[in-house]
This record gives sequence, C-alpha cells and structure tokens, in this order.
Amino acid sequence: MNKTIITVVGKDTVGIIAKVCTYLADTSINILDISQTIVSGYFNMMMIVDMAGTDKQFNTVADELEALGKEIGVVIKCQKEEIFDSMHRL
Amino acid sequence: MINIHEVVETNEMIEKENLDVRTITLGISLLDCIDSDLDRLCDKIYNKIYETAKDLVKTGDQISREFGIPIVNKRISVTPIALVGGAACKTPSDFARIAATLDKVAKAVGVNFIGGYSALVSKGMTEADRLLIESIPEALSTTELVCSSINVGSTKTGINMDAVRLMGSIVKKTAEATKEADSLGCAKLVIFCNAPDDNPFMAGAFHGVTEADKIINVGVSGPGVVKTALEKVRGENFEVLCETIKKTAFKVTRVGQLVAQEASKRLGVPFGIIDLSLAPTPAIGDSVADILHEIGVEHAGAPGTTAALALLNDQVKKGGVMASSYVGGLSGAFIPVSEDQGMINAVEAGALSLEKLEAMTCVCSVGLDMIAIPGDTKDTTIAGIIADEMAIGMINQKTTAVRLIPVIGKGVGETVEFGGLLGYAPIMPVNQFSCDDFVNRGGRIPAPVHSFKN
Repeated sequence: MNKTIITVVGKDTVGIIAKVCTYLADTSINILDISQTIVSGYFNMMMIVDMAGTDKQFNTVADELEALGKEIGVVIKCQKEEIFDSMHRL
Repeated sequence: MINIHEVVETNEMIEKENLDVRTITLGISLLDCIDSDLDRLCDKIYNKIYETAKDLVKTGDQISREFGIPIVNKRISVTPIALVGGAACKTPSDFARIAATLDKVAKAVGVNFIGGYSALVSKGMTEADRLLIESIPEALSTTELVCSSINVGSTKTGINMDAVRLMGSIVKKTAEATKEADSLGCAKLVIFCNAPDDNPFMAGAFHGVTEADKIINVGVSGPGVVKTALEKVRGENFEVLCETIKKTAFKVTRVGQLVAQEASKRLGVPFGIIDLSLAPTPAIGDSVADILHEIGVEHAGAPGTTAALALLNDQVKKGGVMASSYVGGLSGAFIPVSEDQGMINAVEAGALSLEKLEAMTCVCSVGLDMIAIPGDTKDTTIAGIIADEMAIGMINQKTTAVRLIPVIGKGVGETVEFGGLLGYAPIMPVNQFSCDDFVNRGGRIPAPVHSFKN
C-alpha cells in the first residue's frame, strides 16, 4: 500500500471527478476513498488513493495531475498520506 | 482514515499561514580532517563536506514535493573551526582561507548557509581561538554563506570578559569591513552564552564536539499558524489560550518530526533533534510580534509583553516535546527585529526599545537578534550590551545570544535593508552612558552559585 492524498480545489464545474478518475484509472491508481465538501464557496475534493499499482514515479503523477488541473481550471495537489497522519493522529 | 477537514486544515496552514519547515541542517564533524598542512586541511574539509552533503538539497526538495510542505532552507553546520584549524593556521588570514573553503563547498552543494566558523571560549582562549576571532572581519567580508558564532560564557564557567571585550571590537570591525553592504557581515555573526551543540538555526549553528560524525537537525516554524489559531479564541481566558498554543505547536512539530525522519532515512544520516522555535520571516503574517498582539498587547514592547512571550514560549515547548522524540537546539520563540514585520512596526511606533528587548530575552530563546544600532556606537558599549545578555543566560541557565549590526554611516531614524529572509530594520538608539571602565577590567566573571535560587 502506498497511500497518497489527492486534493482538488476550485470552482465547481461539470466533470471534475470524471476527469480525475479517468486519469487515475488510465494510470492504474486505485481509489480507496472519495469525499467532497464546499469550503467558503469553493469545491474541495479529497481522494485517498493507492499508488502501489502504477509504475509511474510520484513526481510524474503529481506533475500530470497538476497539468490536468490547469486544463479543468482547478488546483490539484498530490501529497503522501504521512503528513496528515503525523499531524492529526497520535 | 484521514478525513477531508483534516486535509483542508493542514493545507490551509501551508498555503495561507506560512507553515513550513524552516531548515534541514546537516551537522558534519570535521575532527577527522585535522592536518598541520593548511592546503591538505582545506582539501580534506572540502571533500568531506562535499561527499556528505551532495544529496542534501535534492533530498530536501524531494521530501518537500512529496509531502507538499515547503522546506525553506538546507544548511550545513560543522565542528567549530578553531578546533579544526588550530594545527594548520598561524595567522588570521590562514583561518580566512578555511572560511573561503567552506564558502566554496557550500556553493557547490547548493545550501543556503554553512555555520561553524566558531570558537568556544567560555572560560579561556587558545591561540587558535584568538586567531579565528581576529579573522572574523576578513572571513565574513570575503565569503557569502559562512556564518560565525563565538561562545563567550556559560552557567558552568562564567563569562570570559576578555572575549566579550574582544568581540565588541570584532563586531565593529566586521561592520566596517562590510560597510558597502550596510554592515551585512554582522548579520552572520552571533555571540553566545550556553551555546547548544545541535542548533539548526543560523547564524549560530555549529556541530558540537559531543555530536556524532554526522547528524540531521530540523528547525520547524509557523508563527502564522499559531496566530491564526489564536484569532479563533479572542477574549477567552488564559487556560484556553495556552491550550490552543500547545495544540498548534504539537501539530507543527509533528510535521517537522516527519520531515526529519524522512531526511534521515533517505540520506542515511542519523536524526539528531527537532528545534521547536517559532522563527519569524519578513513575510506578512509570519510574525512572533503578531502573536503577542493577538494575545492582547497593542504592540510588542507594551507592558505585558514579557509575560505574554513567557507563556507563548512555554506552551510551544509543552506542545512540541510530546510531538517529537528528541527536542533540542534552542526551542522557543525567536524575537529578531529585522526579520519580523510586527517587531519593525513596534520599533517604528516607539513601543519597543533595546532595553525592553533585553527583558524579553529573559523568557524566550536566543536574545538580542538582528538589531541595527548606530554605526558610531563604541566598541566598549557593544561589549557592554553583550556582557548584559551573557549574564542573563548565565544566571538563568539558558542560551542567550547577541547579533547586533552597527550600521556604519547610519544613525537613529534611518533604516537599513538587508534583503531576503534578513529583512530590514530601523536603527535603534543605544544608551549613551559609558561602560568603558567595566569592560576594560579584563579577566572573567566567575560562575554563579547553583543553589539558593530565588
């Protein structure tokens, strides 16, 4: 298991989840959990994914998702799960 | 599993509140480089540092990328050079050649600063210590990345007043030597009492002789995060206030701990300590003075400031020690003037004086930091200010330090611009009464008694 958190922040529009999910499926990245909320008017989505199945490097996936985000008009960030775990879990 | 609110909270800290890891500092022992031939010594120093640190910047950047947390600085600290160069250096210029070597290798591996151009003279000075100290103006004016620190006192040994007097004039000479750049050399020179061996922050970092061959020390920061957390508890009592600071410090430190462990693993270098200091930068919102304001004083320096700073410092430590397995370095709150917009505002508003800053250093880490004073301040007056600050450290069994910048050619009312993380500073007035007879006595102040504490 190689858990990564993907966050998508931006103005809500049609097809954001579809596009991100398509990319993840094409890259053999398994989605473990998805949740979304609206924070101060902005669309906030978080995905917990497992990157164990892909042969792409972390940096490549992060760069490609960032580029995809620009295309859709949202900000997509990839971060390893440990940073959230260490901050919020004892 | 992690929920979306936790993820949003962390990312808001990073994006809006300037949460960052201030520095990963790689400590390297140079004791095995000692040689009686200066050329060979410089070669050995260059090679050891280069081999040990060549992946430091790359590794830091990669960790930063994977966790999405900025790691602002990557730095190196080395064994105090007075110990390493003693056998080879016969003149101050010999020592300055080692400084040039450190500068060259620091640039080659791409770090922001290299610390350890240092001497530990809290009780007495060897000939090598004296030569190194005398070389400081040349070393700091001919290099860019080298930082120097001199430990002139400790609770166990007292204060070496000969060294204090010497440092008064060395600070001034360093200011003269770098006057074209607004005496910037002095921003890279710290005088300590009770200097820690494992401090990751510049300009005072050096790799103590009690340390392993190499070690990773990490400094976390995040004044903006503490300030934002406190905005939500305005008007609440001290219990709520302290609890909020503690929880925030815990979260911030956990990030530092994670980064330290990762860096240690990837570089194959043991993890040393996390330094829990709140270190401000000139960026808006990244200010310790703003936290003090949020706690309830109009400007840093107003009555109540020392108490507010004392509780802030203590709560940061309380939250931080639980978050990390090893805490060390300076650990507390830094109150530099030029690097903190809130402090600059307080000075400009007339709320904060050198004397109040001195009082504040009794309850927080470090000391009189990044304070610009008139360029015509006498050597003995600077030595007197150093002696006062050292005495606070000696009696209170804590680290204190002085980083004063006598700006040559400028006086009170003018400002000086250092740029980057060092910021800018209004020149502060210094008490004009003389302490010549005190400073010129020579010798040392004995160590204080360790019982009868009141």
